[in-house]
Order: sequence, then structure tokens, then C-alpha cells
Amino acid sequence: MSLLNDDQKMLQETAASLLAEEGSIAKQLRHWRDTDCYDGFGHALWKQFGELGLNGIAIPEADGGLGLGATEAALVLEEIGRNLTPSPFLTSAVVAARAIEGTAHGERWYPGILSGDAVLALAVDEGPHHAPEQTALAAKRQGNGFVLNGHKQFAVQAASADMIVTAARTGGAPGERDGITLFAVPKDAAQIENVHLADSSRAGRLTFDHVELDADAVIGAVDGGWAPLSRALDAGRAGAAAELVGVAAGASAMTLDYLKQRQQFGKAIGEFQALQHRAAHLYGEIEIARAAALKAAGALDSGDERAELWVAVAKAKAAEVANLAVREGVQMHGGIGMTDEHDIGLYMKREAVLGGLLGDRYYHRNRVAELSGY
Amino acid sequence: MTDALDTFRSDTRAWLEANCPAEMRKPIRSEADYCWGGRNWTFQSDAQRTWLDVMAERGWTVPDWPKEYGGGGLSPAETKVLKEEMSRIGARPPLVSFGISMLGPALLKFGTEEQKTHYLGQIARGEIRWCQGYSEPGAGSDLAGLQTKAEVVSDPVGGDHWLVNGQKVWTSYADKADWIFCLTRTSSESKQGGISFLLFDMATPGVSTKPILLISGNSPFCETFFDDVKVPKAQIVGEVNKGWDVAKYLLGHEREMISGMGLGGGGSLGAATKPADPVLRADIAAFDVDALAFAAMSERFIAMWKAGEAHPASPSMMKYAGTELNKRRNELAMAAGGSDALEWDSERSKNGKAPRDWLRSKGNSIEGGTSEVQLNIVAKHILRLPGA
Repeated sequence: MSLLNDDQKMLQETAASLLAEEGSIAKQLRHWRDTDCYDGFGHALWKQFGELGLNGIAIPEADGGLGLGATEAALVLEEIGRNLTPSPFLTSAVVAARAIEGTAHGERWYPGILSGDAVLALAVDEGPHHAPEQTALAAKRQGNGFVLNGHKQFAVQAASADMIVTAARTGGAPGERDGITLFAVPKDAAQIENVHLADSSRAGRLTFDHVELDADAVIGAVDGGWAPLSRALDAGRAGAAAELVGVAAGASAMTLDYLKQRQQFGKAIGEFQALQHRAAHLYGEIEIARAAALKAAGALDSGDERAELWVAVAKAKAAEVANLAVREGVQMHGGIGMTDEHDIGLYMKREAVLGGLLGDRYYHRNRVAELSGY
Repeated sequence: MTDALDTFRSDTRAWLEANCPAEMRKPIRSEADYCWGGRNWTFQSDAQRTWLDVMAERGWTVPDWPKEYGGGGLSPAETKVLKEEMSRIGARPPLVSFGISMLGPALLKFGTEEQKTHYLGQIARGEIRWCQGYSEPGAGSDLAGLQTKAEVVSDPVGGDHWLVNGQKVWTSYADKADWIFCLTRTSSESKQGGISFLLFDMATPGVSTKPILLISGNSPFCETFFDDVKVPKAQIVGEVNKGWDVAKYLLGHEREMISGMGLGGGGSLGAATKPADPVLRADIAAFDVDALAFAAMSERFIAMWKAGEAHPASPSMMKYAGTELNKRRNELAMAAGGSDALEWDSERSKNGKAPRDWLRSKGNSIEGGTSEVQLNIVAKHILRLPGA
């Protein structure tokens, strides 16, 4: 799919106006940061998302959702990125929603996601770098259930979550895809350190010290967690790519305004060709990153056999381009760009977190190489 | 609609199976395998001639042009199906020409009925090979500064005509071309508003060409000289002094074509080169990400362009990105090839294909408007930066 249809264009407009008005940096990111909010996001906006039906984009129609796809999620996420809106949308309504699709946990949690009353999280990373195959968190059978021991980190919004989709190892060895099982870990089951990240978002460091779970906490099949996990991860990566495109576009728009307005040497600094060429290069890169993000979303939606490759391309490219956009943004703003008062630095911080989420650009370049057979 | 398209696909598949000679389904090995046509063309084989003839008869050398001008009259969807079916069997393009990719679209938009009827059919059948007279020694990036002069001369005996004097440079294949589409200065009162777009036969007395030897060791470009060349007055496209509009429109098509080079033979560079060095592998993986992302962009750009949703200056962005990418591909291919890629003329190296392609690629970001000019255009027309 290369062009948006009318419904998608309408959704894009709805999301754009909602997020520009209600999701603005002043109303959301700065507000929750400056009031030292425990969650790092606002529940009222999350419920508003629910009322507008946005939370049902990735949830099947049979379960009360809209049954739409990664493309529609991407349109919303680009607007979230453009406004740096802290929101549970990506993790709860895209990643976790995909992980529990077609299971009893879907029936249990979809109503809460749809209304914006529930927040879900995903716990997969165990070290500072994304490596889902390396899952080591031990889940040993005990009686009718399991007992979990180990550690997770960079679990976005985990301390605010009602349920945490957690990847654990029930068989095989770290590095193997078989033997991973997904668990629905209830609130308060694990110890959670609510870590403050550079962009003022919150992520959990989780300690599982003999955490006992019932057998019905298993999502899908025991030892067969890789399939739902990679489905959820790829939906999340495609979504993060779209959000990164929004971050890049937002930073670039702010920078272009500044180039037209800031006067030095008696003229607008945007008149200098040294800056014009860098701005023009960045423009092209953002267009290309958006095309890659939409290609990945479209490939997921159509079940393209190369969807995994396109997702890796999109996440790698969007992270690269968003990184360029925020570096150029801060540099071209000069001294004011280094101040906390100006918003451009907030884009730089958000890019750092989102760029690393679910695999940074080095991880995804390597995936592209592996999927291409070298 | 879909049913009709399915029928078109199966009919096309059957027709191609029956009519595309086996030899024309072998991959293109070098530039010499392309059929450029023209009155002096020597067909490489009977198969090449047959393939051109049967395709031209169906109008499929230019499938999306109107039937009355030698085209196939196909819709965009049908054109896409034809391309897919040709690529399915590995069919070579029956004809490549600047007449198809550059002049034709400009004639369709700006030409008179007589011009369209006269030239388009000959282009579609591969009977005229064209070259492009744009750049001059003093007018490269500043193309509108061109000085090749055309003045009207009244001639009651031989008919009124233009008298053309001057010089062009970087004229692709001028030594092999039959005709030229040429930008000339018809007024010195306005820079862009004093240019006219003329068509004339390269065999006209006073036209001469001299190939330019490039760093690749090949000579695809020429210097072209005009010394009192008489051109019939009617051989102008568009109005007098309005040739810049035609030239710009045509450049848009040229940039679109050149930007496609970013796909540079297509496929993953890493898969083709299997780099053993982990540091090179990392660079190549980064390149492959960019190349695939650009492929997604090309697909989206074409769809947006056809739907009228693309910014008119976006071919400049595509040309810039595509050509820079192709240069990078060639740099990395040289690194992956090591000393094998340095051989200049052995049979083993296919007559030095790697280093010659690498050197040739350096021109991609110069011809058709340099990268720097494309960035200027994006800064001015898309970003609307002041003073650009």
C-alpha cells in the first residue's frame, strides 16, 4: 500500500487535531514532567483516546475493536511523535494487544484498553540491549503453576500497568527461540523500580524473586511464546518507527521555523546555503523514513512474507533519521537549543529512548543483514 | 474492473510467452545489450529486431502513450501489469531511448498535433535516436545561462528558418544520435524567458560532434558544435522564448528516470557480496537499510506522483537521494571486491566492469542537475527557506 485511502486520511486528521490540541508538549509532556507524575502520562487523555475509538485500532472487531491494522496505528503514532505526547498507546493498544490476541487474556483485558481504563506493559529486555532470543528469566513448573525468578528492564510504563506481558524461559537455553513462554503477570506480583528515563517517561526494572503464577497466566502455548512475542514486537517496532518519523518531522518543522525567524548578520539564518542544504537533505531523509514506516506497516497488514525485513528496515531507518533530525535541530537552534526552556531538546531526549526501544538501529541493521542472508 | 485486469494479465502473459524470443529473456550483461534504435542502428541479433518489431506493433514500447501516437493506450494499472509480466519472464526492454523517457512526454504536453503525429510514432517504433542539447561549456548548473544562438532568417527560396550557432557539451551519445532536442537562446532580454526548444536532424550541415573520454575510459558523452545550422522554422516545441517551460518539464522526467538508479541493479548489496570483514559488513548493512528504504520511497513517490499528491519539486529530492545512494553502492562494491575490483580490462573482470561502473557513477550526482542544485530546489520550493 503506497497511498492512504479516505478512511485513513480521516483518521490521520482526527489524530492530528486531537494531539496538536490535547497532546501538546505544554499540556502533556511538560505538565507531567514538572509535576513529577508517577506515571509520566495523563489518564484523562488516555480515556479520551478510548472514547474516540483510537484504542481499538489493533483490536479485532469480534472483541469490540475496530479490527484495523498497523497502517492506522502508524498514522496515530506519527502524530504522537510529532507532539512528544506521553501515552500508553504504543505499548498497551499495539504491543500488548497483539501479544494477547486470540487468547483468554484478550477477552480479559481488551475492554479496559478500549475504554482507556487499563494500562498494559511488556517486559522483554534483560540487559541494556534488546535481545529477545536471550530471554533467561526462569519460569519453573511448580504444582499447577509456575514460579518465576530473574530480572527485566526497560519495561515501558510497567509500574503503572495493570498487567505486564512478560517473556520467560520454560525450556531450552538463552539464545534459542523455542522454550520461551509469555506470561500475563498481574500488578504487584513482581518488585518494580519505577525508573525515570532521560525523556521523562517511566520504565520499570523488574525483579522476580520467587513469583508464583497460576497456569492460566500463560499467554498462548508453553514453550511456544516466540510466535506471539515476535508478532507483538514487530507491531511495536513498526509503530515505534512511525512515532520516530513524527519525532523527526516535529523537530524539523520547529527547526525550519527557527531558520526563517532567527536573524544574524542582518538576515535570516535560513538564507545561508550551508544550512539550506542540510535542511533539504533532512527533508528528503524524513520522507524516505516515512515511506519505510508505511511500507513496514502495509507489509504487516497484508501478511507480506518479507514483513519482518521491512519492519527492521523501518525501525533502523526511522531511528537513524530521527537522530539526524534532533541533532540538526539542537545545533541549528544554537544556544537556545541547549536550554530546558526550549522544546527542541525534548525531541532529542525522546529520540534517544524511542530509538533504542525494541531494538536500536544497530540491532535492526544486523537483522536486515541476517534476513538478507549475510 | 479487477476481472478485466485479470483477463488482461492472462492475455498479456500468453502473448509474451508466444512472442518474446528466448534470447531476449536473458539478463542484460552490459550496455551493449540494450536496443537504442535509430536509423543507423545495427541489431545485435535477429531476436533483438523481432522483439522490437512485435512490441512496437502492439504499441508496447510506450504502453501508456495514446494509441493514435504509436502507444499502447494502456491504463496505469495495465501498464503496471505489463511491466510485472515482462519482469516475470525476465524480458528485456525492447527499446530504450531518450525519445521515450524525455522528449516524448514533453511533446505530448507541449507539441502541436502535427509534431505529435510526426515524431511520436517514429519514437515508439525506434526509428529516431535522440540526444539532448542542454549543457554548454558556460552553462552547467546555471543552465538558463546558455548562449547557443538561434535567429530567424527570412529565406523566400528555401523557406524561413532558424540559424543556429554555438556549442553544447555532455550531449549523451550525440555521435550516435539521429536528431537533437536543443535549447537555444532566441532573446537576450530575459535569461529564462529568452530560450526556445528546437528539434533538428544531426545530419544537417554545420553539426559536428566530438566524443569526450571519461575517467571510466568510456565515451558516452560528446561535445556538439553548431556552425550556421539551418533549422526549418516549424521545428520549435512550444512558443518562441517559452522553451524553459518545456525544458523544466522534461528535466522532471529525466530526474525521475535517474533517481531510479538508486535501485542500482536491485537486490541486497550484502547478499551479492557476502562481506567477510565485520566492519565492512556493518557499513553494507547500513547501506542496505537505506537502499530498501529508498525502494519503499520510490514506490510511494510514483504512486503519489500519478495521483497528483506529490510536490512538483519532489523529483529533485528523489534525484538527489537516488544518485547519492548509487555512488555509495559503488564505493562499497569496490571495497567488497578488493583487488579483484581494480582490474581494468581482463576478461575475468568483464572488461573492468566494477571500476568503470564505480567511476561512471560519480557522474550521477552531476548530470541532470547536480546534487547541490537539487538541494537548492528543495530548499526554495519545498521548504520555502528565505533567499533560496
